[in-house]
Amino acid sequence: MSVLAIVEQRMAGEVLAAAQEFATSLGVGVKAYSIDLPYTADGYTAAAEELIRKVNPTLVVFGHTYQTRDYAPKLAARFGRVLISDVIAARPPVFVRQMFQGKFNADVRLTGDGPHFVSIQAGAWKAEGSPPAETFSPSSTTSRQVAEPPFREAARAVDLTAADIIVSVGRGIREKENIPVVEALAQVLGAELAASRPICDAGWLPMDRQVGSSGQTVSPKLYVAVGISGAIQHLVGMKGAKTVVAINKDPDAPIFEVAHYGIVGDLFEVVPALVEEIKKAKT
Amino acid sequence: MKIAVAIKQVPLRDSPLRINAAGTWIDEDNLSFEINEPDAYALEEALQLREKHGGEVIVISAGPARVSQTIREALAKGADRGIHIDTATLDTLQVAHLLAAALKTEAPDLVLTGLQSDDLGYGQTGVVLAELLGLPSSTIIMQVEIQPVDQPSKVRVKRELEDGWFQHIEMPLPAVLTIQSGLNKLRYATLMGIKKAKAKEIKVITLDGGADVPPASAIIEKLYAPEKNQQGQIFDGDPKAAAAKLAEKLRFEARVI
Repeated sequence: MSVLAIVEQRMAGEVLAAAQEFATSLGVGVKAYSIDLPYTADGYTAAAEELIRKVNPTLVVFGHTYQTRDYAPKLAARFGRVLISDVIAARPPVFVRQMFQGKFNADVRLTGDGPHFVSIQAGAWKAEGSPPAETFSPSSTTSRQVAEPPFREAARAVDLTAADIIVSVGRGIREKENIPVVEALAQVLGAELAASRPICDAGWLPMDRQVGSSGQTVSPKLYVAVGISGAIQHLVGMKGAKTVVAINKDPDAPIFEVAHYGIVGDLFEVVPALVEEIKKAKT
Repeated sequence: MKIAVAIKQVPLRDSPLRINAAGTWIDEDNLSFEINEPDAYALEEALQLREKHGGEVIVISAGPARVSQTIREALAKGADRGIHIDTATLDTLQVAHLLAAALKTEAPDLVLTGLQSDDLGYGQTGVVLAELLGLPSSTIIMQVEIQPVDQPSKVRVKRELEDGWFQHIEMPLPAVLTIQSGLNKLRYATLMGIKKAKAKEIKVITLDGGADVPPASAIIEKLYAPEKNQQGQIFDGDPKAAAAKLAEKLRFEARVI
C-alpha cells in the first residue's frame, strides 16, 4: 500500500508535501511520479491508469491545476471513484474542501476500497525541499485530442504586476454604469483599476484588468477589493499583497479572511465616503 | 447537428444560505433556484452553434421536481426540448451515470456543460460524462469551432490554461466540452420565447430503482461555515465613520497613503 503522488511542474513540491502528510497519517509510504508524455487528456488518462495498476496505491494525490481538472476526473471514473478536488485540509479518509464558492467547508469521507483520488488546492500545503519524483514512461501514447503549443494573447495593455496600489472591483458593483464609483477611489489613491473575473466576463472592464487564477497574479503594497466576495480563483491572484482592504456587504464573505482591514457595508455608501476621507488625508 | 447541454440548478446567487438540521447540506426551504452560471454559458454557446450549423439543442438536467423550472427557462431562451432526470442524488458519479444513460439513447454530436457548479464545485461532471460515454473531452473552453461547417466531423477549441495562457485542441466528434464563463454574452428569454417554451417537450425520466448507478464513494459528512481566523481589523456601522477609521489606519498604521 502507498500514497501515489502524480506531479507536474506546477505545484510539485506542494503535492509531495501533502502526499507525505497523508501517507504518514495512513501509515504507508509515498511514491512520486511525473508522466513523461506531452499532455493530452486521453494520453494522461491512459498513462496514469497504467501507473496506478502498477503501483496499486490506496490514494492518488494531484495538484488542483488546470491540467488535473482536464483528465483526473476521467481517470477516477475509470476506477469507479470521484476525484475529491481542490482539497484544503485532511484527516484521511476525511478530506476538507470548500463548497458554495468558499462560503462553507465540507468534510468529505471516502468510503470503499482504494484507489481514491484527491487534488489539493494551490497554497494549501507548503512545498518542502526538492521533489524527488521518478519519471513514468507509458507503454501507449495514443490520444484523440491533438494539442497545439500553448500561446499567450497579444501583449497585455495593462501590467498590473507593476502597480503599487490596485483597486479591484467585483460583482457587488451590480452594473457597468456603476464602475465610476470605484474609478474615483482608484484615482484618489493613484491606483490601477482591476477586477474579478465576472466583471471582465460581462465586458464591463477589459480582460487584461482581471486578477485571479486565469488573469494576473499581483502583489502590490495595497490591494483594495470592492464588492468582491473572494472566491479562491480570485484569492490566488492577490494573496501576496502587502496590505489587503476589503469592502463588502456580506460579513461572511471569504475576502475578509485575507483582509488586513475591512469595512462591512454598502459599497455605494462606503466608497464615496472613503474617497472623501483619503482626499482629506492627502491635503 | 444535435447538441446536448447538461445544466444544473443551484441556489440563486447571493441567497442567504443556512446549514440544514443534520449539518450535511444546506436548508433548501424558502430558497429560490436558477441555472448554474457556467451552464448558462454552455447553453448560450449551444444556441449559437445551432444558429451556425443547424440542428437541435437538447437541455438535460438531473435533480428534484423543481429542476423542471430551470429546464423551462432554457427552453424559453431557445433550446428545442428538455430531459429531466428526476432524482434526489447529488453524488457526482451517480449524476454522471444518470446523464450518460439518458444521453446514450440521444447520441448527440456534441455535449456541452459548464466547467463547474456553484454549489458542490467539484468541476468534473462533464469530464466523467465523457468517460462514461466513451467520448473525447476538453475542459475550460473559451472558443468552439466546428469543422467543416456543413458536415461537422471535428471540433477545434481554445482551452484556457493558467496565467493567461491558452491552447488550441482538436478532436473528432462526438465530443464533450466544459465551457468557461464569459465566452459569449448571455441572451435573455424573449416574451415570444417564453410563450413558445410552454409548448416544448420536457421528457421526465424517473428512476425505477433498476438504474445502473454505482454507490456513492464520497459522502459529505459535515457542511459548516469555515472557522474565522480573521486577523484583520473589520469596521462596520456608519459608513462615514468606518471610512474615516479605515483611512486613518491606512495612513498611520499601514502607511500606504
